[in-house]
Amino acid sequence: MTIEVKNLVKKFGSFAALDGVDLKVNDGELLALLGPSGSGKTTLLRIIAGLDWPDAGEVSFNGEDALAQGARERHVGFVFQHYALFRHMSVFENVAFGLRVQPRAVRKDEATIRRRVKELLDLVQLDWLADRYPSQLSGGQRQRIALARALAIEPRILLLDEPFGALDAKVRKELRKWLRSLHNEIHVTSIFVTHDQEEALEVANRVVVMDKGRIEQVGSPDDVYETPATAFVHSFIGESIELPVQVDGGVVRLGDSPLQLAAEGLAPGASRLFVRRHDMVVGPAGSGAFEGAVQHVRNFGPVQRAEVTLSGGETIEIDAPRDRGLRAGDTVGLEPRRYRIFAG
Amino acid sequence: MTGGLVSAIALRRRTLPGFGLTMGLTLSWLSVIILIPLAGLFLRSTELSFDQFWAILSSRRTLNALRVSFGLAFAAACVNLVMGSIIVWALVRYRFPGRRLFDAIVDVPFALPTAVAGVALSSLFAEKGWLGAPLAALGIKVAFTPLGIFVAMIFIGIPFVVRTVQPVLQDLDPEIEEAAGSLGASRWQTIIRVILPSLAPALLTGLALAFARAVGEYGSVIFIAGNLPNVSEIAPLLIVIRLSEFRYADATAIAVVMLVVSFVIIFAVNRLQRWAQDRIPVH
Repeated sequence: MTIEVKNLVKKFGSFAALDGVDLKVNDGELLALLGPSGSGKTTLLRIIAGLDWPDAGEVSFNGEDALAQGARERHVGFVFQHYALFRHMSVFENVAFGLRVQPRAVRKDEATIRRRVKELLDLVQLDWLADRYPSQLSGGQRQRIALARALAIEPRILLLDEPFGALDAKVRKELRKWLRSLHNEIHVTSIFVTHDQEEALEVANRVVVMDKGRIEQVGSPDDVYETPATAFVHSFIGESIELPVQVDGGVVRLGDSPLQLAAEGLAPGASRLFVRRHDMVVGPAGSGAFEGAVQHVRNFGPVQRAEVTLSGGETIEIDAPRDRGLRAGDTVGLEPRRYRIFAG
Repeated sequence: MTGGLVSAIALRRRTLPGFGLTMGLTLSWLSVIILIPLAGLFLRSTELSFDQFWAILSSRRTLNALRVSFGLAFAAACVNLVMGSIIVWALVRYRFPGRRLFDAIVDVPFALPTAVAGVALSSLFAEKGWLGAPLAALGIKVAFTPLGIFVAMIFIGIPFVVRTVQPVLQDLDPEIEEAAGSLGASRWQTIIRVILPSLAPALLTGLALAFARAVGEYGSVIFIAGNLPNVSEIAPLLIVIRLSEFRYADATAIAVVMLVVSFVIIFAVNRLQRWAQDRIPVH
């Protein structure tokens, strides 16, 4: 199932939750919608599910208009951040719900329903909890049951809204791997919303980065990390050093001093220079584009994180290999191995 | 064994002080306010021999009064359950002009002196009243018939259902309805299979309270009932009549029966409610 979204607009009062969003989701892929809170990612997911309606724009599944259908007709599995399990039903009945409410004409007989629920509970590895109630399960178990329940209707699309957001860090990591392998097994077109970049980069085939109701970049996890399309993506994904610079006739200036960096064809004016922390290569004083004094050094496993005050007065944090042996008080030269300059 | 019990209580007293004082006050207060008057009632009825007691109860007039009281109270509570649920739904789920006003109006039967309610209802439903006249044209007589009692009982019971169910519905997560919808449930299936079972304990509590209130109602009913023996005479009124005739034993016999039946019904609903609640443990 492919999903196509065209020029989607959704306003809540004067706040534009979605401000002209275009997106194409390929058949069978696992797509992450990544962004800070308020970026519109959940709104987009809810509109695709039919739980919310856009003010303008189109949503189509395999080319057919989805907005003409309600949530009930779209055949979309939806997993909520807070599980939304039915408290008064056992785990078994929760999973069976979607099968039991089917129109009489297509409803399966009891034996088939039982077999199907059993299969799904096996799939999420929780068949031993069938008779329990949701309140007796841990958060991770509840979310797996919620997923089994959503899969029971054999959805054309699986949508997950911050599925691991309410879980603790360890369980979250386990479930991430598990979701990845589950998707390899069942191959249903899936979209999940997250504000956790690590989760998006680790689980998804493609990542959609959103901010303020707009899509900033769509690409593979490597793309969005290695070649960020906008200043927002660079600062949101991965740790970045950000410096305000002036571009003037092909020369990049930090404060008054020109830097030995190519201006990448940018128009003159105020710009921002981005460098990944580990892309700052430390050399002897006098080498490289920057010079600075090391203020503090902390060691994290294989890296040293050093706070360096540049000659212009700006303080940045860099990651150097441990064996570089930096010490507070050293004067060093810094050369960015890779960098990006964005206008504005 | 006794030592263990004493030390267990002593331990409890240390962890949460004030047990002795609050427990003592609770027991004495409940005794003075509730248990002693009830015991007095039972004692008074023992002045009668069993045969006398039975003769009073099995008299046609007593049986009819009890039937009118309990039967109509139950019917009114059922109507309140249905209509109250709909009112709660509208008040909680929709935003409309005047919502706060309607919300406040629900409490009027709580606050209004019952005699005032009775006078208002009987003049409204009298044959020349605003509602009574058109109904009379249709051949329906409300005031001074059992139907009038039914109307009065509905009137005084409605806030009990609304006020018990309202907070529970407010706390019900709208996501579970969205989940049901995305799993293919129709609106109706969502209500029957998801919402009502979640509200069941509150609905049963509301039903029990509305019923208890209607059984005990006196003030508003006697004005509209017509009070015809065997037809539209409620049990509490019969008690008052017996008292005014100085037949105290008769009055207490009827009172004891009302007490026992009410207690049994409330107890049953309570068990039912606990059973429903156990099926929906709170997290």
